[in-house]
Amino acid sequence: MSGTGETTWVPRKRRGAELVLTVMAVGLAIFAYCAVGLGAEGRVPAGAVGLAVTLVVVAVAANLLIRRFAPYADPVLLPLVLCLNGLGLAMIYRIDLGMEARRDSWTSLAPNQLMWTGIGVAAFATVLLVVRDHRRLQTLTYSFGLAAVVLLILPLLPGIGQNIRGARIWINLGPFSFQPGEAAKICLAIFFAGYLAEKREALALAGRRVLGVDLPRARDLGPIMIGWLVSIGILVLQRDLGSSLLFFGLFVVLLFIATERAGWIVVGGGLFALGTWFGYLQFSHVRRRFEAWQDPFGDPDQNGQIINALYGLAHGGLLGRGWGQGSPELTPIGYSDFIATSLGEELGLTGLMAILLIYGLIVERGLRIALTCRDAFGKLLAAGLAISMAIQVFVVVGGVTHLIPLTGLTTPFLSQGGSSIVMNWAIIAILLRISDQTRRPAPPVQPVSEDEATQVVKL
Amino acid sequence: MNTPIRRLAVACLVLFLALMGNATYVQFIDADNLNAEPNNKRVIDDEYSRERGAILVDGEPVAHSVRSDDQFEFLRTYPEGALFAHLTGYFSYTYGRSAVENSENPILSGSDNRLFVNRVVDLVANKQPKGGSVELTIDRSAQTTAAAALAALPSGTKGSVVALDPQTGEILAMVSQPSYDPNALASHDFGAVTQAWTALNDDPAKPLLNRSTQEILPPGSTFKLVTASAALEQLNLTPASVVQGGSELSFPGIEYTLPNAGGGNCGGDQISLEQALNVSCNVSFGSLATQVGQGALEEQAAKFGFGDKLIEGIASNASRFTTEGTELEAPQLAQSGIGQFEVAATPLQMAMVAAGIANDGVVMKPHLVQTVRDPSLRILDDAGDGEEYGRALSPEHAAMMQQMMISTVEGGTASSARIPGQTVGGKTGTAQRGGDLPNLAWFASFAGSGENQVAVAVVVESATATDDISGGRLAGPIAKAVMEALLSS
Repeated sequence: MSGTGETTWVPRKRRGAELVLTVMAVGLAIFAYCAVGLGAEGRVPAGAVGLAVTLVVVAVAANLLIRRFAPYADPVLLPLVLCLNGLGLAMIYRIDLGMEARRDSWTSLAPNQLMWTGIGVAAFATVLLVVRDHRRLQTLTYSFGLAAVVLLILPLLPGIGQNIRGARIWINLGPFSFQPGEAAKICLAIFFAGYLAEKREALALAGRRVLGVDLPRARDLGPIMIGWLVSIGILVLQRDLGSSLLFFGLFVVLLFIATERAGWIVVGGGLFALGTWFGYLQFSHVRRRFEAWQDPFGDPDQNGQIINALYGLAHGGLLGRGWGQGSPELTPIGYSDFIATSLGEELGLTGLMAILLIYGLIVERGLRIALTCRDAFGKLLAAGLAISMAIQVFVVVGGVTHLIPLTGLTTPFLSQGGSSIVMNWAIIAILLRISDQTRRPAPPVQPVSEDEATQVVKL
Repeated sequence: MNTPIRRLAVACLVLFLALMGNATYVQFIDADNLNAEPNNKRVIDDEYSRERGAILVDGEPVAHSVRSDDQFEFLRTYPEGALFAHLTGYFSYTYGRSAVENSENPILSGSDNRLFVNRVVDLVANKQPKGGSVELTIDRSAQTTAAAALAALPSGTKGSVVALDPQTGEILAMVSQPSYDPNALASHDFGAVTQAWTALNDDPAKPLLNRSTQEILPPGSTFKLVTASAALEQLNLTPASVVQGGSELSFPGIEYTLPNAGGGNCGGDQISLEQALNVSCNVSFGSLATQVGQGALEEQAAKFGFGDKLIEGIASNASRFTTEGTELEAPQLAQSGIGQFEVAATPLQMAMVAAGIANDGVVMKPHLVQTVRDPSLRILDDAGDGEEYGRALSPEHAAMMQQMMISTVEGGTASSARIPGQTVGGKTGTAQRGGDLPNLAWFASFAGSGENQVAVAVVVESATATDDISGGRLAGPIAKAVMEALLSS
């Protein structure tokens, strides 16, 4: 520590590097799209030019936007996300082709997904433009908490709520159906981060020490109990295992970060086990998922989904069948929850590993932003968003590849579905905003003479 | 707050590593098992888009893939229809595969590890990989003769013919009547396939069943070959040894008596073993069975193959001497000695008994696939001179059995199988079945000498009970025709 301020690290903006990576990501997506057409139908798809133009415009616009409004933001996140989004588009188009070949009528999903990608990038731009400093969000902590609760309750309301595949997590607004849970995820992350940044000292007070782990005091358990009850409520009322797990996991993890006390993880893990056990005993759909995981081949008719997903992965093998040359359309909802296995089938283990690595890098960049962020709220928010992404990817990819029981969650950026795409783009905007704040050089500090004098004494 | 974040980063790493490890398990380690699951549509689709190798008999395809211009590139076609159906099996999109289509699937579909280099070459040359071919041991003329002979019987008659090369175990003919047309199941018109499948399964005559290997039936007097073998081996008899004859076999303390078929007295109360076999004397063999004992008789049967699934690659059931754990009383043992009570054998099994005797006591393992070739016709696998199943008889005793079977054809009950200029040995059987079912006509025989030997077993299940059902009258001429076809080719 020289204390002179001369060696202060000045981050480079790296916007040029970002542009190069972005071009590569977009190129990969366009290549994938063309390869799908060539593999499945033997010709370059008609919409290739339109898609290429759209993606290039979107990418360049996003880059310019970041240059102007978040010049110090992390340069890797945008290319990573664009790459995933593009691969998802190509796979959804591929499944459109497969379904058209097999069914008499099939409504193409890819054009819709492309539109939602556009809306997603618009949402990304809006967040970057509106939220000029992430700390402003902290002032709205409780508003976001309320918003989250409203969003979570919406699907339960008669009239607009909708039951799809057994889960009541959709709302119908005119021509659009929307999963408010995706938006609630962001609201909850902001609420948890704001709440914990404020209350962390109180919660960090030592309680009893059992087996080397500091357990919190009973009266401090209030918030975690509320978080737990909310997640159980989601499980019971909306029958949505995945979101329940995601929200509770997010809350426990943020408690742990805020208080630096592993006891919360222990308590949270215990409550999670209790909730799972309760769910297993009470709900046939939870039990069925668990049994399907234990022995999928025991009831092939009931578990056709996961069996087909496994067949697809096995058929892909190490190198995959190639774009357009597998049969991912055989797996039910292979364009949404099961898109990871569709990609595993056509791109092989190699491709699936690459996709997992991209997710890993997104999470890593998010956590890096959390580590370097200077304020507690930003730290908690960035870490929360990054870890919720990790949990979500683990739960959904682990579910469809038979690592853990199947739960319904979307695969960020890949899955077909408007709300998921839009909200995940918004998450990336928030992360970029925090990282811009973090990496921006600190304003020059006037040297204070008293400090210099004090140091002389120390000599 | 950075320490927990760092720890959580490690936790996230663990999560991702778990995902990657699991993906590696599913896509690499467990992939072969998943790809082998019978209802895996992807693998089936894949096989349908590839040129599947042919199944050949005498160099001519009996199952091959021809170009098709519907939803798949190739259509599996069986030029001979029902003639080889139970051997080739079927190759159906909806109902999977059977018989050689199933057991040799890795070669036929081209997914066998031995074809790996071919696949890589095809990949580089941008050609569709092809499957290898499989050559069966079947003799086309014998197969045709056997099928025609069974078809000439009154309609509704079921039956089966199995011909073996005694020295190698090659299956030279295997016919099961009724049969089915595998083309109907291989069709790409799935509605029609479903209809055909339902019709075949609802048919009370069970055309999908391969009677040669799957159906076990009481072998009746043909089982006396086993009892005679046991008597030679265990009691040190010769064909000239005197055995009990007469019109019926009685048991001390029991009212039941075992009579001869047709009520004869076998030519005297004391007759030679050869005479007993020539006239198929129930009294003699019932008596011999009780002398040999259950254990030794069962062991002799096992040496010929009873209790084992005899052939790989096609569906088969083991023949039995008794059901599991049965302790036979003397009358039951006597009945077993003449191939009744619980004794039940497949035609393949009875052909093996005849073949073992013809091959000087050595039983060969039956096989249906002779050579397996890659798409460029390079031989990958050759059954060669076959594999030994085991020795059932000493050479001397085998020679005695041959002599007795030859005299049975020359001057005994099996005279219908005589072939001028050829040495033929045989044994008839007319087995009773429970209920009102008509008797079964059996024939087990061998013919030829030196290198040129064949063994044939025939069973005929008549649809209605008539007076003339007997092994000699119904089954003997079929065996003769098949042996003639084999010896002349």
